[in-house]
Amino acid sequence: MTTVLDPTSESRPEQRELVPRPESLDGLTIGLLDISKPRGDVFLDRVEEKLTGLGASVTRFMKPTFAKPAPVDLRHEIATSCDAVIEALAD
Amino acid sequence: MHTMAEITTAKPLLPDGLVAIVKEDCPTCVLVAPVLADLADRASMTTITQDNAAFPQAADWVVHDHDLAYSWFHDIDTVPTLLRVVDGEPTERLEGWKRDDWEAFTGINDLGADLPDWRPGCGSLSVDPNRTDELAVRFSGSTMCSRRVEIAALEDEWEALYDRDWSDGLPVVPPTEARVLRMLEGTTRAPDEIVAVVPPDLADVTVEKIAINAVMAGCRPDYLPVVIAAVEAICTDDFNMHGVLATTMDVGPIIIVNGPIAREIGMNSGGNVLGQGNRANATIGRAVQLVVRNVGGGKPGGVDRSAHGSPHKIGLAFAEDEVGSPWTSLAESRGFDADQSTVTVWCGGGPQVFVDQLSRTPESLTKHFANSLKTNLAPKMAMMETLLVIGPEHMSRFRDAGWDRARFLAELDSHLQLDTDDLIRGADGIDEGLPEAFAGNTIGKFWPGGIHVVHAGGATGLFSMAFSGWVPPPKGSVCTTKEITR
Repeated sequence: MTTVLDPTSESRPEQRELVPRPESLDGLTIGLLDISKPRGDVFLDRVEEKLTGLGASVTRFMKPTFAKPAPVDLRHEIATSCDAVIEALAD
Repeated sequence: MHTMAEITTAKPLLPDGLVAIVKEDCPTCVLVAPVLADLADRASMTTITQDNAAFPQAADWVVHDHDLAYSWFHDIDTVPTLLRVVDGEPTERLEGWKRDDWEAFTGINDLGADLPDWRPGCGSLSVDPNRTDELAVRFSGSTMCSRRVEIAALEDEWEALYDRDWSDGLPVVPPTEARVLRMLEGTTRAPDEIVAVVPPDLADVTVEKIAINAVMAGCRPDYLPVVIAAVEAICTDDFNMHGVLATTMDVGPIIIVNGPIAREIGMNSGGNVLGQGNRANATIGRAVQLVVRNVGGGKPGGVDRSAHGSPHKIGLAFAEDEVGSPWTSLAESRGFDADQSTVTVWCGGGPQVFVDQLSRTPESLTKHFANSLKTNLAPKMAMMETLLVIGPEHMSRFRDAGWDRARFLAELDSHLQLDTDDLIRGADGIDEGLPEAFAGNTIGKFWPGGIHVVHAGGATGLFSMAFSGWVPPPKGSVCTTKEITR
């Protein structure tokens, strides 16, 4: 029998519960995160129109660069000020 | 099946006074057996026997080193060895048999009157090459804290590592405790020292975890400091390994080694420098990518979203040919000294060859190189970044004309100022391009500082290589250099 050493971080992924799906968008604040890819704004403008038509209020956010993960402060701001977030990837 | 390490053996204290370490399987020890008994009687000496518990005889002055802990922890190389022990630790030692020396050491005269004056000893069992791996694991294994994974007797150990998803697709060397301990001898850093936080899982990586992955990649212990420095470099916020991994482009870390260590560990900077055939080049880059995969959790289809990838994503490391270069090295151009060993990591895609077999002047060669570079990534792309690997025969043009690195870069860049009217969207019937607002201007093919140059390659062949880059700094990845320390 051979014994080897585990090459991984040995971190077991935690099971994370999904947030309950909202019954309606009425009165909710939806964050729209533009990841700074070209024409992401075109896509999100249209999404914002649709969402406000459904009674939601919309807050827009933007990552400094699509090439890096969103900064911690930005993620915190979105998490604390929005009920849900939609992230746009466009090219 | 997982088990934790259970074996922990502390260093045993030796009995105070005179101590002899012997084994029966040593003609000199057998020869001096009467002397051992004599010294037990006249000087209260203890004899510690490595093999036969009843050698030289079953007696209360004979102690059996059954697990070789006395011999291992007190660094016994030869038997017989005489020790003078104070508070459990040897203060003096004498190896082999030489009557005069034994008499002086013990202060007892007339030892072994019938014996020859002198006989050399034999190797201690604790340094027997067939046992040292096992002993190292037995006595040092507890310094490693990684989870032990047992591969069952009926499992093929190579297949077992594939089954656990620890491989990049090629076979990996099973990281047994003995192999990882040997790997750790390549550095003076403690196994539990945290080197970096590895994207995308942002997992702490210790020297030990890097050593495990270096074993799997096929590294020798003396490569380990290079792997550690490279892991440190790619895990900086500047290099942005998360983005390099997550991008749909073809890029990966390219590792360039400068300084004395490259020659000491036998890295290739010559023929086939970017290809196969050199163990250090092939395994250092692979070890770094295995750390990203296994510790960071970055795998193709997971956070690695590359559309095509690239052959060099299996790992690419090479050395600069500094000895044969008329220029300062890449590391020197980045502020390090020639006698410092460094690793530079740069994010790049696949390389493209540049062929020029007729230019005899640096002016002609540079202009042709610039023309070739205008297609780097795509002709409509501007403000990009590149890594040039200039071959020795091309370099001789610059050497002969007295051009240095700065002159070459200035001349090259002067040929790479592009007319934006040719690059805007729709120009030349091609939809791709710069926004209309850029029209009527010039723009650099590469951003200032975006051309990195190293000298490497075989002595024959009028070729150089150019890598394409990724999103230039500060938004994408910043070329990063770290000093290598052992």
